[in-house]
Amino acid sequence: MSGYFRDLLDGTKSLAVGLGITFKYMVGPVITLQYPHQTLPMQPRFRGHIDLVRDPETGTDRCIVCGMCQKTCPSGCITVAGDKVEGVKKKALTLYTLDFTKCSLCGLCVEVCPADAITFSKDYNLAGRSREAYVFDLKKRLEERKG
Amino acid sequence: MNVLAQDPALETFVLNMGPQHPATHGVLRVKLVLDGEYIVEAEPVLGYIHRMHEKMGENRTFAQFMPNTGRLDYLSALSYNHGYVCAVERAAGIGVPERAEYIRCITVELNRISSHLLWLGAYVLDLGGFTPLLYAFDDREILLDLLEGVTGARLTYCYFRFGGVYNDIDDDFVTGLKGFVKRMRTRLPMYHNLVTKNIILRKRLEDIGFITPELCRKYGATGPVARGSGIDYDVRRHEPYSVYPEFKFDIPVYPKGDSMARYLVRMDEIEQSLRIIEQGLDKLPSGPVMAEKVPKILKPPKGDYYHAVEAARGAFGVRLVSDGTNTPYRLKLRSPSFSNLSLFAEAAQGLLIADAIALMGSLDLVIPEIDR
Amino acid sequence: MSVHPDVARVIGYVVGTIAFVALNASFLVWLERKVAGHIQRRIGPKEVGPFGIFQSLADGIKLMSKQLIVPEGADGLLFRLAPLLVMIPAVMVYVVIPFGPALVARDINMGILVIFAFASINVLGLLLGGWGSNNKYAVISATRAVSQNVAYEIPMLLTVVTLVMITHTMSLNQIVAQQPTIKDWYLFPWNGSIMLPIGFLIFFICSMAETNRAPFDLGEAESELVAGFHTEYAGMGFGLFFLGEYSNVFVGCALASIMFLGGWQCPFGLYPGVHWMLIKTYFLVFVVMWVRWTYPRTTLYGLLNLSWKVLIPFALLNLLVTAALLKVF
Repeated sequence: MSGYFRDLLDGTKSLAVGLGITFKYMVGPVITLQYPHQTLPMQPRFRGHIDLVRDPETGTDRCIVCGMCQKTCPSGCITVAGDKVEGVKKKALTLYTLDFTKCSLCGLCVEVCPADAITFSKDYNLAGRSREAYVFDLKKRLEERKG
Repeated sequence: MNVLAQDPALETFVLNMGPQHPATHGVLRVKLVLDGEYIVEAEPVLGYIHRMHEKMGENRTFAQFMPNTGRLDYLSALSYNHGYVCAVERAAGIGVPERAEYIRCITVELNRISSHLLWLGAYVLDLGGFTPLLYAFDDREILLDLLEGVTGARLTYCYFRFGGVYNDIDDDFVTGLKGFVKRMRTRLPMYHNLVTKNIILRKRLEDIGFITPELCRKYGATGPVARGSGIDYDVRRHEPYSVYPEFKFDIPVYPKGDSMARYLVRMDEIEQSLRIIEQGLDKLPSGPVMAEKVPKILKPPKGDYYHAVEAARGAFGVRLVSDGTNTPYRLKLRSPSFSNLSLFAEAAQGLLIADAIALMGSLDLVIPEIDR
Repeated sequence: MSVHPDVARVIGYVVGTIAFVALNASFLVWLERKVAGHIQRRIGPKEVGPFGIFQSLADGIKLMSKQLIVPEGADGLLFRLAPLLVMIPAVMVYVVIPFGPALVARDINMGILVIFAFASINVLGLLLGGWGSNNKYAVISATRAVSQNVAYEIPMLLTVVTLVMITHTMSLNQIVAQQPTIKDWYLFPWNGSIMLPIGFLIFFICSMAETNRAPFDLGEAESELVAGFHTEYAGMGFGLFFLGEYSNVFVGCALASIMFLGGWQCPFGLYPGVHWMLIKTYFLVFVVMWVRWTYPRTTLYGLLNLSWKVLIPFALLNLLVTAALLKVF
């Protein structure tokens, strides 16, 4: 019988303590961010989808078309093509597409690149109406970024 | 008397819980045979999110399989990264610099805390309390920001490499982590006051959903489920790997075997992980974070290798059979949730639906890891 | 041609009551979301109107524009009838609630009886809805709701009987009139029986359980039974269950404030009126919400244990002690 009353008393006390905690938080400050109106800065190491790096000297990409990224990619979402260009020692990049629908953002391509020609973008607000919208032409993106 | 009622088989009915059900947290389906609200038979049905990870492992190079390991258990991806890199390092004989080992332990323990915090929130949500979920997410958010700063991702980290880690940790991470440890020590008593001591929660967890040590052994349950049944087994202590022998930490064991025991084991583990992190930060040596001379194309010698780590849900083992080529011959992943779920059918017999939900939540299942 | 004043009065009350019920429910939905938000350290609705106050009106319009789907194999009649059976009694009880000295549709001297008579129909609606929707979750939920209601009406009515023994009247307006200031509230032990505070607590807990509010929301335990009795309801069918729940919460709190906290009377004897009634009631409603967002849900046996082992013994004790005290003094 004493157990019954102790249970009742302890139980009531625990319930009151719980109410106290939630009340304290209710009158306390709000900690959420009102997302579309406010955004957080992206972390410097954030791994978004990949982008080509612009070489400050030449003003174009640094890709040497070795195809390492294409070979390393676990999902096979990178396609690279290059051509010999007159007067330039290295192969010049003609096509770099990323099929973002398959990409798992692992970053192995960036790690393996011998020329440091690719990096992570900070894009995360990605929305589109078709699958094709996610096959990115990175060379075109690089040129568009210039303007 | 009604003729129908005389046949006991006609007194029961079948309830399909899942694959879409709020309490199964994913696409687990449980076929319940019910007598009123009492469970006569419970049969978990798996395979709704089977993605052939093991087969994918056989067709990819060792490095290419790395992202997959984070997608087995998306809540403690680093533990799974760890298990896989350890297995491959053992096979290929790659050494790891000490600083990298410490970073691995610190981040894995961080990941364990974030996994347990999410479990706490989701578990109380299963039991009908909404608010602790948001409080737990508040803490977890800080953690994920810290991990994102180091690894670049919030859930599927893919941070470890054969022979080290991808990025070194910086001062921001260390100070942020110290702040988090301090904050978490004040938050834990709050969780205990709000959740653990709550009479409603205690009535729902205490003496409910018993799992005996025999049942754990029969189905190979590990992790907090086994430790909640009094089995003192933790891979970190009993098959030490990495630099865990350097740390002082306790392994919480509760002998009772009810849902409350498993709950308390996880709450205590958060505290122990904080201890490990603190010691790790104190002892953190300087030096490189990547071993030199890791071959670009790994071809481990022929053989059969196994490495287990203690993930947030129990022992995660990787068995690697190499035939000397650059892809494994066989890659077997031993996932803890699968074993932990297997005992549900037996343990849930005779429980009410509400108690079975409490039992299932206390197993802390992550469905993609069960199906692999 | 002029309308007979009695007819105009009836029409006025009907329109007024229904409008109040609907607006009040949508306000309570907004309030609940705000309270939940701030307890969880976020801000809740904010986009629709100032502080998001029109959010629940927007939700209501959305619900009304949706099709009422009757699932295959469901009992069409019962399925459609159930939301009405929840909503109509919930509106009817407002007839006898005195919001102010003169602001009461019908001041019947059996007011309490009328309220409990109508409130009991509510569970019938849940039962029919659960039974008629041909869904196992709904059936389980309906049986839960019935056993819960049966268990909680007993202590609730026992407390009310105790109070009526003290007040000597069942007219709500007269009960309010007996409590002009804070020291006359029937909440306090010196106004008739030392057990009155416990009686208030029992009444408050029971009214939470009667209206299927957390932590007693076994009927719609979403982690167990998906959505309980309204699993199969879409559009305004669901909307009526929702409205019914909130108007029942309001009635429960209004009754508690009338019987124990002096209704529309000012605690300090100044300016009595409808505002005091609303302040007291909304405060109790806030407590109900606060409780909901703090605790986990009980189980069916936990709920019945609480009722039969704690609430009913204490309610009986309350009755006996009060009767003895009334006899002696």
